[in-house]
Amino acid sequence: MADTTTRAKLRWGLLDVIVVVFALVPVLWIASLSFKTPATLTDGRFWPREWTLDNYRSIFDTDQFVRALVNSIGIALIATLVAVVLGAMAAYAISRLDFPGKKLLVGVSLLIAMFPQVSLVSPLFEIERQLGLFDTWPGLILPYITFALPLAIYTLSAFFKQIPWDLEKAAKMDGATQGQAFRRVIAPLAAPGLFTTAILVFIFCWNDFLFAITLTSTERARTVPVALSFFTGESQFEDPTGAICAAAVVITVPIIAFVLFFQRRIVSGLTSGAVKG
Amino acid sequence: MADIVLDKVSKSFPDGTVAVQDVDLEIADGEFVILVGPSGCGKSTTLNMIAGLEDISSGELRIGGQRVNDKAPRDRDIAMVFQSYALYPNMTVRENMAFPLKLAKLDKETIDAKVDEAAKVLELTPLLDRKPANLSGGQRQRVAMGRAIVRQPKAFLMDEPLSNLDAKLRVQMRTVVSRLQKQLGTTTVYVTHDQTEAMTLGDRVVIMRGGAIQQVGPPQELYDHPRNLFVAGFIGSPSMNFLHAAVDDGTLRTAVGDVPIGDRIRRELEAGDAPRELILGIRPEHFEDAELVDDDTRRRGAEFTAPVDIVESMGSDKYVYFTLEGERASAAELEELAADAGADFSGGGASLVTRLSAESTVREGEDRRVWFNLEKIHLFDPSTGRNLTLHEGRSSGALAD
Amino acid sequence: MSGKLSENKKAERKLGWLLCAPAALVMVLVTAYPIGYSIWLSLQRYDLRFPDERKFIGLENYATVLTNEFWWTAFGVTMLITVVTVAVELVLGMGLALIMHRTLVGRGIVRTAALIPYGIVTVVAAFSWRYAWTPGTGYLANLFGDGAPLTERASSLAIIMLAEIWKTTPFMALLLMAGLALVPEDLLKAASTDGATAWQRFTKVMLPVMKPAILVALLFRTLDAFRVFDNIYVLTAGGNETSSVSMLAYNNLIRGLNLGIGSTMSVLIFLTVAVIAFVFVKLFGTAAPGSDDGERR
Repeated sequence: MADTTTRAKLRWGLLDVIVVVFALVPVLWIASLSFKTPATLTDGRFWPREWTLDNYRSIFDTDQFVRALVNSIGIALIATLVAVVLGAMAAYAISRLDFPGKKLLVGVSLLIAMFPQVSLVSPLFEIERQLGLFDTWPGLILPYITFALPLAIYTLSAFFKQIPWDLEKAAKMDGATQGQAFRRVIAPLAAPGLFTTAILVFIFCWNDFLFAITLTSTERARTVPVALSFFTGESQFEDPTGAICAAAVVITVPIIAFVLFFQRRIVSGLTSGAVKG
Repeated sequence: MADIVLDKVSKSFPDGTVAVQDVDLEIADGEFVILVGPSGCGKSTTLNMIAGLEDISSGELRIGGQRVNDKAPRDRDIAMVFQSYALYPNMTVRENMAFPLKLAKLDKETIDAKVDEAAKVLELTPLLDRKPANLSGGQRQRVAMGRAIVRQPKAFLMDEPLSNLDAKLRVQMRTVVSRLQKQLGTTTVYVTHDQTEAMTLGDRVVIMRGGAIQQVGPPQELYDHPRNLFVAGFIGSPSMNFLHAAVDDGTLRTAVGDVPIGDRIRRELEAGDAPRELILGIRPEHFEDAELVDDDTRRRGAEFTAPVDIVESMGSDKYVYFTLEGERASAAELEELAADAGADFSGGGASLVTRLSAESTVREGEDRRVWFNLEKIHLFDPSTGRNLTLHEGRSSGALAD
Repeated sequence: MSGKLSENKKAERKLGWLLCAPAALVMVLVTAYPIGYSIWLSLQRYDLRFPDERKFIGLENYATVLTNEFWWTAFGVTMLITVVTVAVELVLGMGLALIMHRTLVGRGIVRTAALIPYGIVTVVAAFSWRYAWTPGTGYLANLFGDGAPLTERASSLAIIMLAEIWKTTPFMALLLMAGLALVPEDLLKAASTDGATAWQRFTKVMLPVMKPAILVALLFRTLDAFRVFDNIYVLTAGGNETSSVSMLAYNNLIRGLNLGIGSTMSVLIFLTVAVIAFVFVKLFGTAAPGSDDGERR
């Protein structure tokens, strides 16, 4: 009996190891490259023979990367904030109120979740040029909000539906006003859902490449993923590989941190949004 | 402390459904009133209207003599215990109980004193710093009660507060609720679908069906003198037996033999529009093993023989199930009750539940002679459900003159 | 009396609309208007290098695109990538979901590890794969003998698909895991006592219960795979006939500055996606998440 469970555990353990290796190797590889010296960069070995931080020093010395990092952080944060606020309003209405047009809104956001983003690239390029939004922060923030909203609405309404709304009644019976009931009872319960949603939306904005590469043309609004693909190194003849890898690692760190600290929440957010809608 | 008066209170929804219709009810100061009925009968809606959680469509609600129709729940000074307990999961037990007092802006010492006192009454003192998630069902229930009593409101409203507890705990908590209410003397309206709770807890019981009150009265009165078929079938466990009865030449032909009827019932049945078919109701305890009945008692009843289906020995007495030939009684009320009980109403033939003395030697499979008490019989009009044996509010059996 | 009720009802409606309005407005303004505008643009000759030649030409752009072999090559590549990656992801994702759901040891570690590909920036992952296969630099470059895998069409496509699968299998697995969680444990126990083997339990008990979740996951992944862009951009930049339709539309717009043709492709991609979604919903009866069917599950 004990033998079979040990064997079962070993089998699962082996599968676990395969998954972990499969998931981590590309990340470790790019990290490894970022620590290699230019001389050993092309040795084809997985681990660096000589370690260096020069690649990191060099990218933080260039305006190109620092600007892009500021753009990435600023744009993703603002888009996340707006999308979560608007999404929370809509999700509250969807999960708690009865009004005509609710189904339509759910349908529209579903359509947008499936929308081919490349179809918007040409018209948005033209419209934003005319409105002066091309190559600006708002020019990227707007499409990010749009495509993050369905995600935010689904995840949040799933969370809101789990809140026992009897509590709101109980608070009213206990003498609370509508505002007090929301502030002291409902809001603390909704906070984890909002936080989870914010992480998911941030990852989405942080990840985008297509909009960033089509709707920007200079360092004014170019985000890191795009800047990466334009890295040329300090001179024509320098290989940008080390710099690209270092920059890649820098923008991967926040994602790894989210995943490590909030694994449970991210999983529950993604799955609850998917199933319970 | 206050009385609660419902004056023709109704609740209708925009789609036209009427949840509660013209409910008239006067609840005296300090009284414990139970609202009971099958699901969808409007009892919870009525409670929510008293609480102020739902609007009153028409009629007037007065608490302590004051019209409160348009007052927010917080201005009515009443506390409510929810079926789900509705404890705030982010607060400790102490914070949960202190919450209404904090909202009322009492000072900290007063709040602490009141919470401690309520916690002592409900034996919650050792749990005060725990979160609801770390409490058992019974403890949560007590915290919910504590949150209600701590602010000494004018009235308590309880919405099936014990229905999430297991059977044993429910019996225990029933006595706790009852004792607490007597101790505090606070007007209480208690909603339940459990007729045992209704019978044991309340000063008065209000039986509702389809949004309307069927009968209001002390539990024993409802049990002994049900005004109609619905009340008769709803109160009592196991419930009253209902048999089809045909009126024929001054007697009732039933599956338990012919039943003679007294002058008063006869007069009623001789009226032009009187029904020719009746439903006869007898409670299980009004049967007895014919061998155990003395002659004096025997004269007040009638006897029949039927095959014994199942015998359940309860120790103090025996529940004996008989299968009877003939039609089973049918009426809208009975079907509704069966549906509420989740019973399957489609078996063949009628069956009879009896409660016989423990001394009875009855065995499964045999034919047994059974006596029943004619003075305890109820007769119902199947179309209106009215209890024909009821006279001036008292039921006096089929033989009454 | 009923007037008062409908007052409440009205207030509720108004609040509902008010709360939804900003989100709805943004979504419609940023998608519906541009897609309409892009239909308008697709009916014009509009090359930013020759703005003076802008004029209305009806469906001529569509004729140009639909008779162009590059378009059909890109379309074929996109379809191939979509079908292969989604099929492989379904199998791997199911395996991963089972591991994440049922593993006896290290559940937290597996879930955390699986989330990394989901969270990581696609471009970063693409660079990792690119350098892995770059001769001289990469640890994988000599896996299949000498040569540069990213300079040949077949191997390039395989690597693009590998990168896609690595990145999105976890997402597929998470959606499937949500479906797995809906399979009642008692049902599996009952099947066991009824004598079902592990495989039978999987096909006869789990798959039917999971069907809605599988269809939703397939729908989302199919539409997502059809948009493939980032990986191709970094790995091959569309060389060796590895362009997807998104890549082609991008090239026409940014490199070619031809708004008319770019918009035509946008519209065609939009229509294709609409057809795919329609087929899923009609043929497989995929219940959209958030619909009433979805809630009852």
